[in-house]
Amino acid sequence: MDAELHQLTLTQLAAGLGRGEFSAVELTRALLGRIERHDGDLNAFVTVTGEQALEAAQRADDARAAGEAGVLNGLPIVHKDIFCTKGVATTCGSRMLEDFVSPYDATVVERLARAGAVVLGKTNMDEFAMGSSNETSYFGPVHNPWDLERSPGGSSGGSAAAVAARLAAAATGTDTGGSIRQPAALTGTVGLKPTYGRVSRYGMIAFASSLDQAGVIARSTADAALLLGVMAGFDPRDSTCIEHPVPDYAAALTAPVRGLRIGIVRQHFDQGLDAGCAAAVREALAVLESQGATLTEVDLPNLDLSVPTYYVVAPAECSSNLSRFDGVRFGHRAADPADLMDLYCRSRGEGFGAEVKRRIMTGTYVLSAGYYDAYYLKAQKVRQLIADDFRHAFEQVDVIAGPTSPTPAFRLGDKTDDPITMYLNDIYTIGANLAGLPAISVPCGFVDDLPVGLHLVGPHFGEETVLRCAHHYEQATEWHAACPEAYR
Amino acid sequence: MSAADWEAVIGLEIHTQLATKSKIFSGAATAYGAEPNTQACLVDLGYPGVLPVLNAEVVRMACLFGLAIDASIARRSVFARKNYFYPDLPKGYQISQYELPIVERGELWIEGDDGEDKRIGITRAHLEEDAGKSLHEGLQRFSGIDLNRAGTPLIEIVSEPDLRSAREAAAYMRKIHTLVRYLGISDGNMQEGSFRCDANVSVRRRGETALGTRAEIKNLNSFRFVEKAINYEIERQIELLEDGASVVQETRLYDAAKDETRGMRSKEEANDYRYFPDPDLLPVVIDDEFVESLRGSLPELPDAKRRRLVDDYGIRGEDAAIIASNRALADYFEAAARATGAAAQLVANWVTGDLAAALNRDGLDIEASRIGAADLAGLIERIDDATISGKIAKEVFEAMWAGEGSADAIIDARGLRQITDSGAIEAIVDAVIAANPSQVAEYRAGKDKLIGYFVGQVMKETGGKANPAQVNAILRQKLSP
Repeated sequence: MDAELHQLTLTQLAAGLGRGEFSAVELTRALLGRIERHDGDLNAFVTVTGEQALEAAQRADDARAAGEAGVLNGLPIVHKDIFCTKGVATTCGSRMLEDFVSPYDATVVERLARAGAVVLGKTNMDEFAMGSSNETSYFGPVHNPWDLERSPGGSSGGSAAAVAARLAAAATGTDTGGSIRQPAALTGTVGLKPTYGRVSRYGMIAFASSLDQAGVIARSTADAALLLGVMAGFDPRDSTCIEHPVPDYAAALTAPVRGLRIGIVRQHFDQGLDAGCAAAVREALAVLESQGATLTEVDLPNLDLSVPTYYVVAPAECSSNLSRFDGVRFGHRAADPADLMDLYCRSRGEGFGAEVKRRIMTGTYVLSAGYYDAYYLKAQKVRQLIADDFRHAFEQVDVIAGPTSPTPAFRLGDKTDDPITMYLNDIYTIGANLAGLPAISVPCGFVDDLPVGLHLVGPHFGEETVLRCAHHYEQATEWHAACPEAYR
Repeated sequence: MSAADWEAVIGLEIHTQLATKSKIFSGAATAYGAEPNTQACLVDLGYPGVLPVLNAEVVRMACLFGLAIDASIARRSVFARKNYFYPDLPKGYQISQYELPIVERGELWIEGDDGEDKRIGITRAHLEEDAGKSLHEGLQRFSGIDLNRAGTPLIEIVSEPDLRSAREAAAYMRKIHTLVRYLGISDGNMQEGSFRCDANVSVRRRGETALGTRAEIKNLNSFRFVEKAINYEIERQIELLEDGASVVQETRLYDAAKDETRGMRSKEEANDYRYFPDPDLLPVVIDDEFVESLRGSLPELPDAKRRRLVDDYGIRGEDAAIIASNRALADYFEAAARATGAAAQLVANWVTGDLAAALNRDGLDIEASRIGAADLAGLIERIDDATISGKIAKEVFEAMWAGEGSADAIIDARGLRQITDSGAIEAIVDAVIAANPSQVAEYRAGKDKLIGYFVGQVMKETGGKANPAQVNAILRQKLSP
């Protein structure tokens, strides 16, 4: 039976556990075994919490026996290593936090645990979520289960690879400029980034506070909906978390898409998009049209400014957010500092990798006296224009569709020398972060045996619409069910 | 040139700790004096992943202050990050307000150097969190960091450069100090650092309108130090300029032991704070209804109270000023004045005199006075109805302070009732006259000053209990030839 358990989606596992076909302990053992077997190749995990997972699974089984099963009772998930987990290392993919053990749980971690989820481990990621290939991790790159020579994308690359290789049924991720959706697209998984403020950021180590949002990587839209229902909701510990009712996302999936107005952004299909990806996305749009949705062209005139805007705002915020890593209270501290300045310089110099340093320096620069107006203030104004573009577009359509990523998974090492090319990976995803909108990437085909993602963006708190659209597309296709051969 | 040819231009930045129970962005307690790092939660420690949540009470307090200085209350204000590295600054930035503070354009009136009322403009008042404290004493080769104070709410009150002397600066600071305690938004405790200020000082030739280069004196925590430091700084700058040198714009520290200001190393101040709006906090939005409800809850303010005390009770202006400088003291005065039919000025004399001295001697606040307002009124009644003399009253007051009971009980127990029976006084006067024939002769020969001697003798005979006015009148009558 073990051979099959890992192939079941979260929803199917929930049903199987509910019917008593297998126990949470059995399921956890099976997946821990797979992690043991495969993670040497993938490097998707920073920490595997086998012992705690088995204890949690036992508690889940006991709870079920006592008739007290939560909605996620016994379901095996993994957390991106950016979420603080009490008593377990939380590294954020950095040497700076190599030995950091959080004294508290993030709200997301707390809510999923309360619902009965079993956490198998913490997944690898680009250092402090800064990267699109998982190559900036201090713990080495994650390998794409579809081709171990290739990147799974980033920054939630460990989560995406773990789910794609069936090492866990689902994973948490965070998305600042595409860090959930791009790796989901590159690994053939479903990646959901909710509306900014939908899920609490408390306990999620901050990269760019006004853009960061927690979300999920899963095997199906239904699974993503199930997890979001648990993660979403107001948290008094996060002032930017919005008090907005949490709907029944699973129930929203099945409403018809007939009459749904889908907007297509002409600029999305301009130069830079791989021809194979473009074809797959167009085909996916045709499927939705055949299901009764209508396709309309919409204009996002300032979209070409989203990458430069993002690379001012995000580094600015990160330069300040990462100041707390100073070697004084926690994290890496340089040995035998000569004085305070030496303590700061060496602790940070040794603790942070090149990409993090690059962004801290860029951010420090754009906030400096004499440059603030020209960069940061200007970027905030452009950000408002981009948000306005989306608002206008959503007066005409319900969802905006396009590619998630300009290319399928690229080779590890291909883009590491050129940060600008790397940054352009997020060209389609960044807009949703700048405007704070919900967005999802769902598998929509293959190019040269590598998965391609369809990107759907909704208006504020339009998660139901985005999920419904993705779910209907999934019902008509089999792309999301594809599994890399080595992990069947 | 002399000092009289120069004019000082001074502006103050006063940091006032707000009297909230918990910190501005966390639930940790703000109480003073706890063991190091026992009142710092993960938010105060700047742990990875934690987020600030604004304490609503600080917004109420800041608005109350804004209303009290006739300022404009921003309907939308924004918290910003002030970025710099320091070991007692856990996040590497201080959350403050920069471009959009909560209070703007207020004013306060002080007595200017010319004795006239003078308006001091208040540019702004903004909310911010305090940093922790570095400890060096008793530690070798390393420093200690106490983060108990990190995240304590402060309101920084920035004046216009309207002050022209150290005296005016101290008067302004006192006035703000009185005001924040009146409003109940700060305990104003200067020893504990709840009320401190930075002074921006420059000088210019009298008649000039352009400002001179200023120096900023940091962290002055007493009225006396403010006055002394500014005076030192004014003299220093005048001397420099008269010698043909120039003032360097810099941050200076006041050394109270040497009574001088000293420049800080330039390295410590060469900071570009890279302010930007804090993305973890929403703008603070306030509606008119909230402001109006606060306006309704404003207590009577010190200036209005001072004027009313003069108008309603007819007491001297300077006494009214002292009494109105402390809300609880004013309440005490009014309660005592209302409880007696005696002249309110007599009550004011006692409150600002013996009572103030006794409180001061025992280091007590008026709230902890050992004699209640009604009891003090009881004592004053006995002076007013001539049961005791003012001199005996001092003895009774001390006994009351020592807890021996009410004025009446003490007067009875000690037999201090004043002798007002003119027959009894006459008998004693006669005896004194009879016993001092030579002095009587001298007096009658024109040595008027001897009246004091006779009064003294009569008082000695009566143990101080004879009514002095009566004694005087009877003596003069009987001694006249």
